[in-house]
Amino acid sequence: MLSPVTIILILFVSLFIWVVFAYDRLVALRNRAKEAFADIDVQLKRRHDLIPNLVETVKGYAAHEKEVFEKVTEARTKAMGARESGNLKKMAEAENYLAQTLKTLFAVAERYPDLKASQNFLELQKELTDTEDKIMYARRFYNANVRDLNIAIESFPTNIIASIFGFKKMDLFEIPAPEEREAPKVKF
Amino acid sequence: MTSFLIFIIFLGWIFSQVFDSPLILYIAVFLAFFQSFISYWYSDKIVLAMTRAKEAKREENPELYRIVENLCIGAGLSLPKIYIIEEDQPNAFATGRDKNHAVIAVTRGLLERLERAEIEGVIAHELAHIGNKDMLLQTITVTLVGFVAILSDWFLRISRFSYKREREEGSEILFIFAILASILAPIAAQLIHLAISRKREFLADATGALITRYPEGLARALEKIASYPYSMKFASNATAHLFIVNPFRGSKIANLFSTHPPIEERIKALREMNL
Repeated sequence: MLSPVTIILILFVSLFIWVVFAYDRLVALRNRAKEAFADIDVQLKRRHDLIPNLVETVKGYAAHEKEVFEKVTEARTKAMGARESGNLKKMAEAENYLAQTLKTLFAVAERYPDLKASQNFLELQKELTDTEDKIMYARRFYNANVRDLNIAIESFPTNIIASIFGFKKMDLFEIPAPEEREAPKVKF
Repeated sequence: MTSFLIFIIFLGWIFSQVFDSPLILYIAVFLAFFQSFISYWYSDKIVLAMTRAKEAKREENPELYRIVENLCIGAGLSLPKIYIIEEDQPNAFATGRDKNHAVIAVTRGLLERLERAEIEGVIAHELAHIGNKDMLLQTITVTLVGFVAILSDWFLRISRFSYKREREEGSEILFIFAILASILAPIAAQLIHLAISRKREFLADATGALITRYPEGLARALEKIASYPYSMKFASNATAHLFIVNPFRGSKIANLFSTHPPIEERIKALREMNL
C-alpha cells in the first residue's frame, strides 16, 4: 500500500509536470504565431518597396495623371505607417486602401498601350502580383497559427495556465471585403 | 525500397528457419536496418541520382520557384531544393530526411501538361509529406517490421524447445495457434506498414488541399497524371512508392499490397472535402 504522503507527492509531481508541458506548448504556439507574423511583415515591406518604382514607370508614360500618383503615394505612406505601428486593424485597413488605389493606377495604365507593352512595367506588375500572393499565403499561415494559440488559451484546462502566466489571445489578420482579396490584375 | 528491405528480412527469416540458425536472420535484419538508415540519411542524394533529377535553376524556372515559395509560406516550411526530371510523364515526389534537407522533384511533363492550379495542388501534396515527416515515419515502420520478424523467430525457437521437453495435455491447440501467429505476424506487420503508407498518402492529399484551399486543383492533377498512358523511364521499383502517383502503367497490383490508395478513391476524397 502507498502511504497518503506518497500519493500526495505523486499527485503534486504529475501536476507540476503537466503545468510545465502546458506552459511550453503555449510558448511554442505563441512563438509560431509571432514568426508567422514576421512572414507577413517581410512581404508587406516588399510590396511597399515596389510601389515607388511602379509609380515612376507609369509616370514616364502618363505624366499628367498626377491625382492617381498622389493617391497611391499617400496610401503607401499610410500603409507603411500602419506597418510600423504593428496594429493589425490599422494595417488591414491601410493595405485595403492601398490595393484600391493600385487598382486605379492599373486602370489608368490600361489607357497607355506603350506602357502596357513596356518590359519594365510588366516585370513590376508580375512582382507585385507575386507579392500579393505571398501576402495571402503568409496571412493564412499566420491566421491558422493564431487560431491554434487562441483555442489553447480559451479551452480548459490550458486556460488556467494561460491566465496565470498572462498569455493573451492574438488578433487574426483579415482583409475585410472579399473582393479586395484578389490582387489587382490587368487584362490584356 | 521499403518492400525490398522487408523482403530481405523475410528471406533471412525463412532461411534461418530452414537452416535452423538465427545468425542469418540477424545479419539480414542488421543489413536491412543499416540500409534503411543509410537510405534515410542520404535519401535525397540517392533518390535524385536514381531518377536522374537535375537541380532546377531559378532563372530558368521562375514560375515553378514562385509556386513553391508561395506554398512554403502557406505551409510554414523553408524552401526545399527543387529538382526537375527530364521525363514526359507528369509526376512528382518529395524526399529528404527532415524539413531542412527536403527535396522536391517534378518531371518536365508535369510543368508542361498541367495548369498552374494543378501544379500547385501537386506541390502542396509534396510539401505536406515534408511537413508531416513521412520519410521518418517510413523508416521507423520498416524498422518495426524488422523487430516483429525477430520476435517471431525467438518465439518459434523457444516454443520448439519447450515443446520437445514437456508434452502436456490440451496445450496443443494453443501451441499450434501460437506458431501460426508467429508465422503470420511478419506478414501482418508488412501489411500494416502498407496500410500506414496509404493513410499518409490520404493525409498528404488533405493537408495539401488545406494549404492551397483548392482541393479541385489536386483532384484534376491526379486525373491528368493517371490518364497519361506511358510508364516513366527513370523510375524503378525502389523509387516508385515515392511518387505522387505510381509511375508504372499497366500493372495492377492488388490493393492490399500497394503503397498508394487507388487514384479514384483519392480523387473522390478530395472532391468531398469541405474547406
